[in-house]
Amino acid sequence: MSEFVRRIRPEGSGLYGSGGWQRLHVDLPLLVLILILCGSGLFVLYGASGQSQHYLTRQAIYMGLGLVVMLVTAQFSPRFIMRWAPLPYVVGILLLIAVALVGVGAKGAQRWLDLGFIRFQPSEILKLACPLMIASYLGKRHLPPSFRHLVLALLVLLMPAGLVGMQPDLGTALLIFASGIFVVFLAGISKRYIFGAIIVVMAAAPVFWLFLLRDYQRQRILTLLDPQADKLGAGWNIIQSTTAIGSGGLYGKGWMMGTQSQLDFLPESHTDFIIAVLAEEFGLVGVVALLCLYLLIIARGFMIALNARSMFGRLLAGSVTLTFFVYVFVNMGMVSGILPVVGVPLPLVSYGGTAIVTLMLGFGMLMAISTEKQRV
Amino acid sequence: MHDRAFKDPQREYRLFYLRLGVAVLGLVVLTGIVLWRYYYLQVVRHSDFATQSENNRVHVRPVSPTRGLIYDRNGVLLADNRAGFSLSIVVERTDNLDTLLAELDSLLKLDDEELERFQRQTQRRKPYEPVPLRINLSEKEQAVLAVNEYRLHGVEITAQLVRHYPHGELLSHVLGYVGRINDQELPELDPVRYSGTYVIGKTGVEKFYEDELLGDVGYEYVETNARGRVMRMLERIAPAVGADLTLHLDIRLQQVAYDALGEERGAVVLLDTRNGGVLAMVSKPGFDANQFVTGISYKNYQELLNSPDRPLFDRVMQGQYPPGSIVKPVFGLAALETGVMSMDTAIFDPGFYRLPNHSHKYRDWKKGGHGSRVNLHDAIVQSCDTYFYTAGVRMGIDNLHAYGVRFGFGEKTGIDLPAERTGIMPSRDWKKGVKGVSWYPGDTVNTSIGQGFMLTTPLQLAVSASRVASRGEIRAPRLVSRIGDTALDQGPPDGVIKGDSRHWDYVINAMTDVVHGQRGTAKIIAKDLDYRIAGKTGTAQVVGIRQGETYDAAKLSKQQRDHALFVAFAPVDNPEVAIGIIVENGEHGSSTAAPIARKIFDSYMTFKAEETGGIPGVETVIPQDAPSHSPAEPAVPAATGNSLPATANPAPTQTSQQRSADHE
Repeated sequence: MSEFVRRIRPEGSGLYGSGGWQRLHVDLPLLVLILILCGSGLFVLYGASGQSQHYLTRQAIYMGLGLVVMLVTAQFSPRFIMRWAPLPYVVGILLLIAVALVGVGAKGAQRWLDLGFIRFQPSEILKLACPLMIASYLGKRHLPPSFRHLVLALLVLLMPAGLVGMQPDLGTALLIFASGIFVVFLAGISKRYIFGAIIVVMAAAPVFWLFLLRDYQRQRILTLLDPQADKLGAGWNIIQSTTAIGSGGLYGKGWMMGTQSQLDFLPESHTDFIIAVLAEEFGLVGVVALLCLYLLIIARGFMIALNARSMFGRLLAGSVTLTFFVYVFVNMGMVSGILPVVGVPLPLVSYGGTAIVTLMLGFGMLMAISTEKQRV
Repeated sequence: MHDRAFKDPQREYRLFYLRLGVAVLGLVVLTGIVLWRYYYLQVVRHSDFATQSENNRVHVRPVSPTRGLIYDRNGVLLADNRAGFSLSIVVERTDNLDTLLAELDSLLKLDDEELERFQRQTQRRKPYEPVPLRINLSEKEQAVLAVNEYRLHGVEITAQLVRHYPHGELLSHVLGYVGRINDQELPELDPVRYSGTYVIGKTGVEKFYEDELLGDVGYEYVETNARGRVMRMLERIAPAVGADLTLHLDIRLQQVAYDALGEERGAVVLLDTRNGGVLAMVSKPGFDANQFVTGISYKNYQELLNSPDRPLFDRVMQGQYPPGSIVKPVFGLAALETGVMSMDTAIFDPGFYRLPNHSHKYRDWKKGGHGSRVNLHDAIVQSCDTYFYTAGVRMGIDNLHAYGVRFGFGEKTGIDLPAERTGIMPSRDWKKGVKGVSWYPGDTVNTSIGQGFMLTTPLQLAVSASRVASRGEIRAPRLVSRIGDTALDQGPPDGVIKGDSRHWDYVINAMTDVVHGQRGTAKIIAKDLDYRIAGKTGTAQVVGIRQGETYDAAKLSKQQRDHALFVAFAPVDNPEVAIGIIVENGEHGSSTAAPIARKIFDSYMTFKAEETGGIPGVETVIPQDAPSHSPAEPAVPAATGNSLPATANPAPTQTSQQRSADHE
């Protein structure tokens, strides 16, 4: 590695010395923060699910599984990960094609692969595989990337995003797209492209609205603008969630005292809308506390990115961290009524195994990058 | 590795560093937006959302007040409330209304009527208002619903009180009934007062005293979940029970009157002459009002509606019949008062009457007439038509009308019941207005014996009898004597018909001889009578008889036969009760109607004697108006020269109560 890198990492190896944790490839601050988040998440979930032992136990199992996945992932060296990056990407793309052909689904969307013993959503893989692939591709190139590399990177990005978007699962497609675009952005594409892209997006928006969005997707956006238009239908979720949040006030109604959630007014209270339960029961104080926890994790992610030894590591760590933030932002935004309702869970708090494992896989990569041994 | 040689790590790192900086900036901005949003919702607009959340959670449910009970004068329960369960649906909380209704249909067998009514009410409900589907569930239905309730979202089963009339058909027209509030009534009602109430008084006392009986709505504050299931009760404001009503009516007399009518169609009204209280009021046939409370089926309703005996028709209040000879005492008094006849004036009755310069014969009911010297007393006792033709024509229609109205004909009596009809007391104006032609002398002839245009309700018959009995005291008949603990005012009469007391005595004496006289038309009922009755029989033509024809009952079907009428009051000296009776197609007031009056009067006397304990010499009831009436007693025989049956004339100074008590 270059002298420059050595200069900004005066301690030598690792971010915080070379203790036992370093040898185990565990980033201790990140682990501590994640454990606190998991604990808080279980605490909120227990109340939000109506004191369900069932959900609590399963969520704890998912978290345990996720932690194992994280720790295992952390053992791989970033170089290894970079080398094998195309594998999950190609597998993911193939599975998406399989979904399009033989997938199962509900409510007009075909998102699942039924493998008999497990129903599984291949688009989840791409959330990580896609930035991984682009980071590995651009990490090897001169930066800022040339136009040719850029076009290739975008193709790599648009293929899975398009496939997922056609399922249709616009939320996931946008998340995949965002995670890839973050890599491209961090890789330092010139401002001309950035502004150009913004103009193109704005110009394409009406076309998108008129021709590509399905009715229910348009409805979601319209509902955001005027939830009262269909109080008992599309607007119900958002009216009830804002009511839950707003009625929580500064300090909340107390754990398991949230009437909106406990009396079933709030839909999806233990999954996508769990932040409304937190906001109702713990108030703005609880929301800010959780947000702080997320921001600390994000800050740690950025530190890891800044201190990564390779450009691949930096790009991947930066993208994973920013994507994590997007999860938080989109979820908190949609539940509070400033973004359309898309199926984005609140990281490590919403109930759901797939999301937890995917997130933990991302954290595992962060740890791998953070604890990469100094090559002599 | 080859590529790396050409890379410029320092420049790349700086670029990455800058880009990350931009990203952090964006992140800060977006975090700020989220924070602002939560601050806005949770602090700025907290109170709005707190209210909204409370409104979500807490539901105010109206609690229907218990309807006031109705008692008879002796405290016998006539209308009460029984526990029942009803099924309602909150449409907003159903998953799919059609599926739910299909489900309920398979469980309960809903009929089209129920569904149609439900759909109609669903259109005009308030959001989240339960719409009743079936009232008064059977125990089996309750059980079926209880078992399936968990999957029937939006279904509510509520306990409520259902009106019940223990005496059924006996009081159907008096009490009326309550029924579901219908579309015509709904817009007129106070939505707050009726928020918990499904039923309203439709007819009778139930309707007239709706306001008093209803009570005031209460409220329950309950916490419900999103599906509307009540989680717990937070607060309850009890409803105010409706006022209980006590009637003047005596259920025993009602039963006697009902039974006395036997198989006949007809009406009986028994009034207390001293305060206008209705002691019995029967319109027969009646119907079981209970089936209207929970919604009568279409089939049963059609049956009642199409029955030739017209059980739904309240004859007492709405039946309008020609009064016939019943009007003779009234018009006799009018003749005396106006001076066209004196107490001694006698006329010759050849069996018909002819207007001056007219050839048309107005026949007397008795072929060959009542003799050469018929005075007013004879005319009333024997019901001589010719006398009244003469008197009527001499008085003129204006006087007939004026006196008729004073005795309650052609006007509402003002009873505390809805839907009273006025009958017709014809006049020049009335004929001009309704028929569009002027009054002819022949009309006066017909009117003078209560035929022609004249129509009265059975209630008016009783009222006119009561006014004669009380010597002109005008009182509106009253069913209700107490509302809750408040006794209704039974003060002085609304007015008094002016009349020379000798004229009153004369007419009352003549009416007494209708019953007690040797030639009285109602002498059939005088047998073994230990008190005295004054009365008048009447026969009302159903089919017109043309000139030259005779009435032959055998030729006419039952439906075309004359109506039998009778009015009476008793005891003569200190009147307490007056009665009006009509027996449809009963032919003769004397043979069919008068015996009914006798039975009822007898029962009244018996019950009264029981109440006073039957102890001689102890007066428990003193007629308020006794002094003004009793002087008539000794004067009666002298005025007419007719002898009274000895049995019916005990010591004149005694009050009637003592008299009947003595005989017990």
